[in-house]
Parts: sequence; C-alpha cells; structure tokens
Amino acid sequence: MADPVHECALRLGDDSLILGQRLSEWCGHAPMLEVDLSLANIALDLVGQATLFLGVAGDADKLAFHRDVLDFKNCLLVEQPNGDFAQTIARQFLFSNWQELVFRELTRSRNATLAAIAGKAVKEVAYHARFANEWMVRLGDGTAESRARVVDGLEWVWRFGDELFEVDGVIEPLIASGVSADVRKLRGEWDQRIARTLADATLEMPKPRRAAKGGRIGHHSEHLGHILTEMQFLPRAYPGAQW
Amino acid sequence: MYTTELKDRNQKAAPVTTAAEDPVKLAAFEARVAADDFIEPKDWMPEAYRKTLVRQISQHAHSEIVGMLPEGNWITRAPSLRRKAVLLAKVQDEGGHGLYLYAAAETLGTSRDEMIEALHSGRAKYSTIFNYPTLTWADIGAIGWLVDGAAILNQVPLQRTSYGPYARAMVRICKEESFHQRQGYEIMMALAAGSPEQKRMAQNALDRWWWPSLMMFGPPDENSPNTAQSVRWRIKRETNDELRQKFVDVTVPQAEAIGITVPDPALKWNEARGSYDFGAIDWDEFYAVVRGEGPVAKERVKARVEAWESGAWVREAANAHAAKRAHRAAAE
Ligand SMILES: [Fe+2]
Ligand SMILES: [Fe+2]
Repeated sequence: MADPVHECALRLGDDSLILGQRLSEWCGHAPMLEVDLSLANIALDLVGQATLFLGVAGDADKLAFHRDVLDFKNCLLVEQPNGDFAQTIARQFLFSNWQELVFRELTRSRNATLAAIAGKAVKEVAYHARFANEWMVRLGDGTAESRARVVDGLEWVWRFGDELFEVDGVIEPLIASGVSADVRKLRGEWDQRIARTLADATLEMPKPRRAAKGGRIGHHSEHLGHILTEMQFLPRAYPGAQW
Repeated sequence: MYTTELKDRNQKAAPVTTAAEDPVKLAAFEARVAADDFIEPKDWMPEAYRKTLVRQISQHAHSEIVGMLPEGNWITRAPSLRRKAVLLAKVQDEGGHGLYLYAAAETLGTSRDEMIEALHSGRAKYSTIFNYPTLTWADIGAIGWLVDGAAILNQVPLQRTSYGPYARAMVRICKEESFHQRQGYEIMMALAAGSPEQKRMAQNALDRWWWPSLMMFGPPDENSPNTAQSVRWRIKRETNDELRQKFVDVTVPQAEAIGITVPDPALKWNEARGSYDFGAIDWDEFYAVVRGEGPVAKERVKARVEAWESGAWVREAANAHAAKRAHRAAAE
C-alpha cells in the first residue's frame, strides 16, 4: 500500500487539478470580461495548488499526465461539466467553501509541507469562496431566469456534496496522527455557510438525496475520461518528450 | 499591437480633417502635443483626434480579447503543469489588457458596450493575426515569441503617446508583453532542442506565423493615408514600415540562435543599410483578412458573439441584483 501521506496529497492535488482544468475551459467564453479574468485566476490558483500537492505525492507532471481514470482520486464534484455559468458557480460554491475549511485545518498539519501548502492556498481559496458566494446571491436574487438556472445548477451538483465529508481507512490513521484534516468535523460549519449564502440568495436548501461517491477510490463519472483525454494528449502522443 | 489602420484597400480612408475646429483651440492643442504634453480626458481636443483614438484604442482592446481565443485553445492541452500555469496567466494578462484599454477608450466618451457591439457587427476591426488557427503546441510558442514580440515594438513608443490614459495603459501592458515574448521564445527553444517531431512542430509554426506576423504592422507606408497625421499627433510615433523592419532585424537572429529557418528565400543581411532585406509581403492576403476573410475569422467572431449572447442573462441578473440592493438601501 502506498504511503498514506502520498494518498492524502494525491486527493487534494487531484481535486485542484481537475477543477482547474474544468475552469480553464471557460477561458475566452465567459459572460463578461471581469468574470473571464476571475475564472482564469481561480483556475491558475488551483493548478498551482495541484502542482504543489502532487509534488508531495511524487513527480507532479508524471502524476498529472500519465495516470488513467482509476488512479485519479479527486471527488466527483470537480469533474462535473461546467454546464451554464450557474452550474459552474453552484459547483464552485460547494467546493470552495469546503476547500477553505479543509485548508484552514490543514495549516495545523503535523506534516510541515502540507501545512505550508495549505497556508498559502487558504488565502486563495477564501477568495474563491467569496467569489462563488457573491455570484450565488446575484443569480438567486437576480432575475427569474437566473434564479431558475441557479436552482437547476444546484440541483445538478447537490448529490456530490456528501462525498466531500467521507473518511476512509486510508485517511483515518492520518487524522489520528494529526497529518490530515478530519473533514467529518467540518460538516456542520460547511452546512451553516451553505445555508447562510442560500438564504442571502433567497434560495431554498435542496432536499437531501442519495449521495454520489466513489471518486476517492477511482470510481469516477464518465466525464473524467474525457477530461484526461484532452489534458494528457501531448505527453501521451510524444512519450519522453520534454516541453 | 494592433494599433495600425485596418481598412480595406478599396475603402477610401475618410481624410482626417480638422477644418471645422476652432483655429485658436486647435493651435493650442497642436502646440501642446508638439511639446510632448499629455492630453487628458477633460482637455479640449479636435473631434478627428478623438475619433482616431477611439478607433485605435478599441481596436487594440478587441485584439486583446479576440487574442485570448487562439491561445485559450491550448490551455486545457498544455503539456506540463508549469506550461499550463504560464499560459493561463498569459491569457489572463491579455484579458486584463483588454480591460485597461476599454477603460482608456471609455474616457473618450464611447461605452464598452458600444465598442463590443461594433466588434460583433463587424464594424470594428481587430488585429489580422488572430484570424489564423493554432494547430499545434508550437503555435503557442510562436504567438508569444512573434506576436507579443511585434506587439512590444509597436507599443513601446506608445508609452509616450499623446493621450494620457492610453499612454499609461501602455506602460502597464508593455511590462507584461515582455514576459509573454520571453515565455513564447522559451517554448520554441525547448521544441527546437527536442525530438525530431518537436523540431518539425517548431519549424512549421514559424513557417505559418512569420508572414502574418509581418502583416501585423499594417499596410505599407505609401498605403497608410493617415500615418502622417497620426505621427504629428503623437498617436503613432513610428511608421508601419519602420516598425516592420525593426521586427525583422531583431527576430531573424533569434530564429537562427535556435536553429529554425525564417521562410523567406529573399531574406539577406544588407551591410550598407545595417538591416535585413526581406521578400515581398502578400498584401492581397492581408487585405482579405482585414475584410474578414481570414482562415478562422468566422470562428473568432462567432465565439465572441456566442459568449456575449449566452452570457446576457448573467449580466442582466447582476444588474437586477444591484438595482434591488440599491432599492433596499434607499428604503432603509
Ligand atoms: Fe496584450
Ligand atoms: Fe501579450
């Protein structure tokens, strides 16, 4: 079995990498120039985090460009399609609010490298969460159309929320030794954050539903394979080449 | 880069005229410009100066925004995490350039929405260079190296252009363009030093981007009717042909240094001039691209229009929400 710290770093790195890749798809196509720049900026932060976390797990580029679906450990939420802008924002809303809490905890990790990465990233992610929260409110409390769209977007991503708070046998010992954050303990605070923003957005909390999970053990949605096909094309087509 | 006159060959450029202006004000204005004073938004200026500037700055802004598309095309396929981050940052910079430039043009009394509408309807132009496709990763190197390289040559003198907001936007922009140029050249260096397939990619990119890059400087001086007036107004500081020659002179040795060949059999160092002589540019191609007949012109405009139209509901929502907030704040 691989070093559990590597596994922990891999999960964190893959989350950032895949969401960064998804957000990059918006580049040049966003609803307004300011939003284009914000999404690119968030993508850039995420790719930077991925590089650092994957660097803890091994050779970051090798991990990013030479693994197949079963070995990616990101949560299902981040690989969900961009959809329209409302779906992109709903996805970011759930994820960044979670990631900010996780990184805040991780700054106290016994693993100094993880703590240092989280220390830098937590400030970035606080901005991502604010960006997503503000847009949730604008869309929810905007026009009838934006409201309908953000309700649909939230509907799409809601089933992927529970997976963020799962702990399995790989991470359990790391929590015990103070290396990994205990995501279970963050659920209450996340629920409150989500509820507060939804209230500001005049939106109702979606009803609970059967959770979709499996990303942490490599059981992904159909989307990830296509993301990898695109992302890994050059290193796969030209094995051994330096870029 | 993108500041050159982009008009069809047959479309008679409206002669820039200042005949109707108050002669006393005009003389004072001309004197200030001649003394290298900056003109600020609240200052009096001839209508023709204002119009020329709006056209030039908005064209420049549109070029930054449309230019995000050919490079954005490769962000999701960048071959390493570092290259991906660098490219994302670069494209984000270009969007930022677009923002400063729209803001500078707005100080002249034209709104960003009006300028965008002109782009989408085809009335406003953007640099011809972005109407060519990015086929391989080497094209990302070639764009940084050649296109940003050309942009620097064109924009450095504009840091001292007579209109203050434009000049200040240029100062910020030029710093970033130098980064972009270096990063692009670095991509080309890596490819040129790589496998035979990578070398082929690099050479092929130079083959395809060289001539369009030379065209970026705009029509030859004898065909550029307003250059003299623009130079006098310090909106332009060097002519198209002067800048093009400079570009050839700095770029050819850079190609040689990494062992790729500029696709011009007539290219030859001219000892007497201290410059390279180079072959004839295909001006028919240039004017066709200006008319909107570039290889991917339709795709570029379509992508911009689609982004704008499919984002309309988002902009409406933001406005509606801001209005609700303002209303609630007023009620308190
Ligand atoms: Fe630029
Ligand atoms: Fe640039």
